[in-house]
Amino acid sequence: MGRRAGALTGPGAMRSPGAVAILALLLAAAVPAAMLVGPYPLTLAQVLAAVAARLSGSATIGDSVDTVVFAIRLPRVAAALLVGGALAAAGTCYQTLFRNPLVSPDILGVSAGAGLGAVLGIFLSLPVAAIQGMAFAGGLACVALVAAVAAAVRGRDPILVLVLAGVVVGALAGAATSLLKVLADPYDQLPAITFWLLGSLASIRAGDLVPALPAVAVGLVPLVLLRWRINVLALGDDEARALGVEVRRLRAGVILCATLVTASVVAIAGVVGWVGLVIPHVARMLVGPGFGRLLPVAALLGALYMLVVDTLARSIGTAEVPLGILTAAIGAPFFLWLLARGRRSWS
Amino acid sequence: MNPLVEAGGLAIGYPGRAVGRDIDLAVAAGEVLCLLGPNGSGKTTLFRTLLGLLPAQGGTVRLGGDPLDRMPRPEIGRRAAYVPQSHAPVFPFSAHEVVLMGRTARLGLFAQPGAADRQAADDALAAVGLAERAGSPYTDLSGGQRQLVLIARALAQAAPLLVMDEPTASLDFGNQALVLTEIRRLADRGLGIVLSTHDPDHAFAVGDRVALLQDGRIRGLGAPPEVLTDAALSAVYGVPVSVETLASGRRVCVPALAEPGTG
Repeated sequence: MGRRAGALTGPGAMRSPGAVAILALLLAAAVPAAMLVGPYPLTLAQVLAAVAARLSGSATIGDSVDTVVFAIRLPRVAAALLVGGALAAAGTCYQTLFRNPLVSPDILGVSAGAGLGAVLGIFLSLPVAAIQGMAFAGGLACVALVAAVAAAVRGRDPILVLVLAGVVVGALAGAATSLLKVLADPYDQLPAITFWLLGSLASIRAGDLVPALPAVAVGLVPLVLLRWRINVLALGDDEARALGVEVRRLRAGVILCATLVTASVVAIAGVVGWVGLVIPHVARMLVGPGFGRLLPVAALLGALYMLVVDTLARSIGTAEVPLGILTAAIGAPFFLWLLARGRRSWS
Repeated sequence: MNPLVEAGGLAIGYPGRAVGRDIDLAVAAGEVLCLLGPNGSGKTTLFRTLLGLLPAQGGTVRLGGDPLDRMPRPEIGRRAAYVPQSHAPVFPFSAHEVVLMGRTARLGLFAQPGAADRQAADDALAAVGLAERAGSPYTDLSGGQRQLVLIARALAQAAPLLVMDEPTASLDFGNQALVLTEIRRLADRGLGIVLSTHDPDHAFAVGDRVALLQDGRIRGLGAPPEVLTDAALSAVYGVPVSVETLASGRRVCVPALAEPGTG
């Protein structure tokens, strides 16, 4: 941020423990609130009673409050937190890694590849777990393809080649997805495909989180451990290498981890755009560009944002609004505002 | 004692595109070696090769007596620090954050900088006179101050050798003097410095020795008054140049511009 920036918008203007504490408090307030909202409104007392009944082992199977709380709301709230946090964390990694604040998990074709995998799964009428696996495989396959293209094209700006290869591979995956939509059964598969491509947590079940949670954790742990070196990557290849960083190996590792994180949540939530682009920006406004501070703040902020958006998605209309539509409706104007500020450096 | 950096019969360039060859040079502690040469003479390629950022196409590079080609990156970072031209990074890190990154080669793979590293960064900023700007966004500093921050980062790196790519390029007159003064002071404190410049006057001002580079080969290497003669400079730069001695004894270079209406 520049000289004219106010107290809240300077880099690191907010101390990061303060930002983490405030976001944690907001989350602590938002989670119970989200539990109450929906087509079957609950009071806080009802929710607390249901939780107490579960804890004491006296819950009645088939009790409607118990079902809503534990079979529907809780998995959905948990999924929103996981999806938002994971996408924001992965976006933060990609932006630092590519020294470009305009990139997001959509770059490298991760989202498009995961989308293609899942759509193929739906097209083949595979069970849900297999669709998740296909999404994950599709995301990784696209990244592998992008990396292979980038490795084959030598002697040019490697970052630029990687980004362009991501765009091309993403376009190919998008074309294949469109082909599958044309071929799909228009009464059964096509609506499922369309809804999935727009992103939604409407059909999430507790069981869906079981494979996603550890996969996100496996991807995040190395990113947290390597946070100092990832920060140095923001200086560019030559400088980072001269400072003692094995740039190629580190970059490959970070891409692999961030892709695992992205694909894991795309597999359960569909394609939810803009979160990985917008949230890291806001986090950077709060605590500055240092990656070690940025990562936890972006993850918490992403979790909070997705919880709010998903709660809106299931309560503003009679029918569910797909997440991707809401995140685009919020993210795109925000992004335009960023562009219009025309800053010489992004923050 | 081994030279801090030593190139022997070095060939530089890229596979299929040779930039220079037969380069022999060495830099000792406390010495400033200035690399002078026209655009495209191979200065940047040579520096990147000396730092192991580009593989040597032939010959050898030694850092502190040990061959560079099998040296792990962190070890290179502990033996030689790179000072790039001042630039604007994408993200507005504070000056202190930029300098702190100089400690990376001394940290384990998963380690974070600790109190000692922060102290080293503070000391390095103080050494270049920028202690008060530690919290300022690097992007808000002047070009000269940015260059000093990058020098401070190299000091925090605590390597005995600094490799500076045109440290005075794109700086105004006052900032050039600021940076040159700092360079001389660091060498007098015992650091070895190799820097490239476009200005022969800078070699006269701070250089203990100068290497004149043309088409990727060293045309002269030695004390500035011996190497930077009228004839040598005129030949390398392709314009008539005359070296004058000021009343203070300092030498300066003056290009002989054609008089209007003559020639």
